[in-house]
Amino acid sequence: MSDVKIAFLVQRLPYKSENPKLAATHAMSYQTVEILLEDGQTITPALCYVGEGVLNCLKDQKAMETYGITSTEMHLKNCLLVDMDVYACKEDLDKYGIGEDKVIDAEDMGADKKLQIVPFAKIQELMETSNHVMFF
Amino acid sequence: MATLTIGLFSSLIGSMNYDFALKLAEAAKDKGHVVNLWFSGNAAGSPAKGQKHLKDYSHGEKPLRALIEKGVEVCTCEACSVSRAVQKTTAIEGVKWNAMHWYLAKIYVSDRVLHIGGE
Repeated sequence: MSDVKIAFLVQRLPYKSENPKLAATHAMSYQTVEILLEDGQTITPALCYVGEGVLNCLKDQKAMETYGITSTEMHLKNCLLVDMDVYACKEDLDKYGIGEDKVIDAEDMGADKKLQIVPFAKIQELMETSNHVMFF
Repeated sequence: MATLTIGLFSSLIGSMNYDFALKLAEAAKDKGHVVNLWFSGNAAGSPAKGQKHLKDYSHGEKPLRALIEKGVEVCTCEACSVSRAVQKTTAIEGVKWNAMHWYLAKIYVSDRVLHIGGE
């Protein structure tokens, strides 16, 4: 029985690049990876937004109206709904003047988890304690 | 010997990341390591067969076929590929098609993971 921890670090802006969305969808796939693993083997993702990447965490994204695609917000809400740990760097949110009231939550979907606004030191700790770190 | 999984998100044309990843995979395989290669994002457009090898552009088909021949496991994200008009019928034979959990499962058994992000 063993668990592999993966930290997904998102540094890029939403929509300018496909990468932030791929980070969320790859992290989300931990939900179905068990079909390819043995009993007792698990993967625990941590989805972390840093730098310009914190702009992915803004609520009320209009991607469907603007681009005709599912928003990054919806992907993030789904991540929270399945109890994934999602973190945003407090220092970087502060730089953009983004308060807690402006970041995504999935309460309307019934999620128990909240997006966690944490100091960069916490994200660094996650990187150090993860088996693998992947930058998106 | 170890297991290396490379996640490649860069396009075949546009940077030398793709070229680098394939050469690294070949070098690791030649040393006797187990190598897995995952295509997602723009890299998922690369398994299309019938690529014309123009000297001004990177060329992926021939080296990719050689890697598969050597036993490198290559898999593309199905959703990423079909959204780029690459179908199983128009793809290089031997490339596997799966979802993102394939990458996570390979990461699980890997000693090292090299994640090469896209543009």
